[in-house]
Amino acid sequence: MRLLTHNMLSSNIKGVSNGFPLRLEVEKFIEKEVEFNADFLRNMFPKIEWKALVDAAKTLGYADLPEEADPSLLDSDDFLKKYHHALLELHVEEGVLICPETGRKFPVNKGVPNMLLHEDEGFWRL
Amino acid sequence: MSMDHNVEVGSSYAVSSTVTKDVEGCRNPQVRSKISSRIAQIRLVSGHPEVYEPCDDSFALVDALLADRANLIDHQPNMCLEIGSGSGYVITSLAIMLGSECPGTHYFATDINPHAVEVTCKTLNSHGVHAEVVCSNIASGLQSRLAGMVDVIVVNPPYVPTPEEEVGSEGITAAWAGGENGRTVIDRILPVVDMLLSSRGWLYMVTLAANNPLQICQVMREKGYASRIVVQRSTEEESLRIIKFWRDADIESHDSNKVKSLSGSESWLLQLSRMSLWRSSSSSNNRVNEFS
Ligand SMILES: C[S@@+](CC[C@H](N)C(=O)[O-])C[C@H]1O[C@@H](n2cnc3c(N)ncnc32)[C@H](O)[C@@H]1O
Repeated sequence: MRLLTHNMLSSNIKGVSNGFPLRLEVEKFIEKEVEFNADFLRNMFPKIEWKALVDAAKTLGYADLPEEADPSLLDSDDFLKKYHHALLELHVEEGVLICPETGRKFPVNKGVPNMLLHEDEGFWRL
Repeated sequence: MSMDHNVEVGSSYAVSSTVTKDVEGCRNPQVRSKISSRIAQIRLVSGHPEVYEPCDDSFALVDALLADRANLIDHQPNMCLEIGSGSGYVITSLAIMLGSECPGTHYFATDINPHAVEVTCKTLNSHGVHAEVVCSNIASGLQSRLAGMVDVIVVNPPYVPTPEEEVGSEGITAAWAGGENGRTVIDRILPVVDMLLSSRGWLYMVTLAANNPLQICQVMREKGYASRIVVQRSTEEESLRIIKFWRDADIESHDSNKVKSLSGSESWLLQLSRMSLWRSSSSSNNRVNEFS
């Protein structure tokens, strides 16, 4: 699971009003080189919750992202490289994602988060 | 148009390999040989008794994507998502066929079956492509943050008419069990798709004649989507249509003028749709024109 995906996941358990961001606990992560594409990074920027990305990257020991970011930074190659690395190259292999409201844990196994809910949590609440 | 048209489309990009474990599962030998000569063969490096093996429906969906490949490349999707990726055959094919022509495209895949997500990952890996895979009910967990961001969604849903109790069962049953008229899961997927698709979003979906595809098109039309059949194929067992849906500003404005317009205008469209469906079903494999 890339941090991009972490940034796109939230807890939708019945009754939870703000299920984002999921707290990340990591047992194992890997770094994988991914082809750099500035357009993708620019297109995604407005959709990214920046603070959640910064915090998730820190959990994985990567603290080079600025605490705050505005679109003017997208002209900087140095910024884009760091943003690229954090968003796409850090992969959580094993760990858990924790719902900020209920503490419910969603496991990440072999790089795949399991977001399935139980019946009483609102399995079919789409 | 005959099958030959697809041959050209299919052969216009590099075929990745030729092992056909996946195809062997198909009962129709004619389909089998055509498929193996025509589209990129995705090797199934790993299978699982509880995971759906690619069959006619999966191939038809990939053929539809191939037939529309030039448009997809023009579209330069930012995000593509497959709902219910099973073996990973379709999302892997999509990532391969867009490949370096769409360097900025990011792929997601979901499945409700934990075994399926594992096989999807292995299939992606062994073909050197990447998608972010999430074990999820349709797109639960992703849909609120991904809303309005996905440019292309592909779905080969569980479409077989079954007793309602079988819907959402564990394992392989979830791969086909579609409830009444095979519509239960489809009807849950449609509003999620509408929520996820961006303003330039496209959906490609497999349907069976029994699902009443025309009525599905009407449901989507009410949400502002035009549609057309990209591939139509009848096998010994089933009659499949792969339908493409896209947001159409004209439809929305037509609908807001509904009160003023003659009631005849909609029945005209409906009739034309029926014509197209009828026309295309007169041959077993066909591509028909836009009908909505
Ligand atoms: C007909 S199979 C298609 C598999 C693969 N995409 C293909 O074309 O070969 C349908 C897939 O959808 C999955 N599925 C069924 N219900 C689902 C749901 N509610 N959410 C996500 N996936 C689901 C099944 O587990 C199965 O893998």
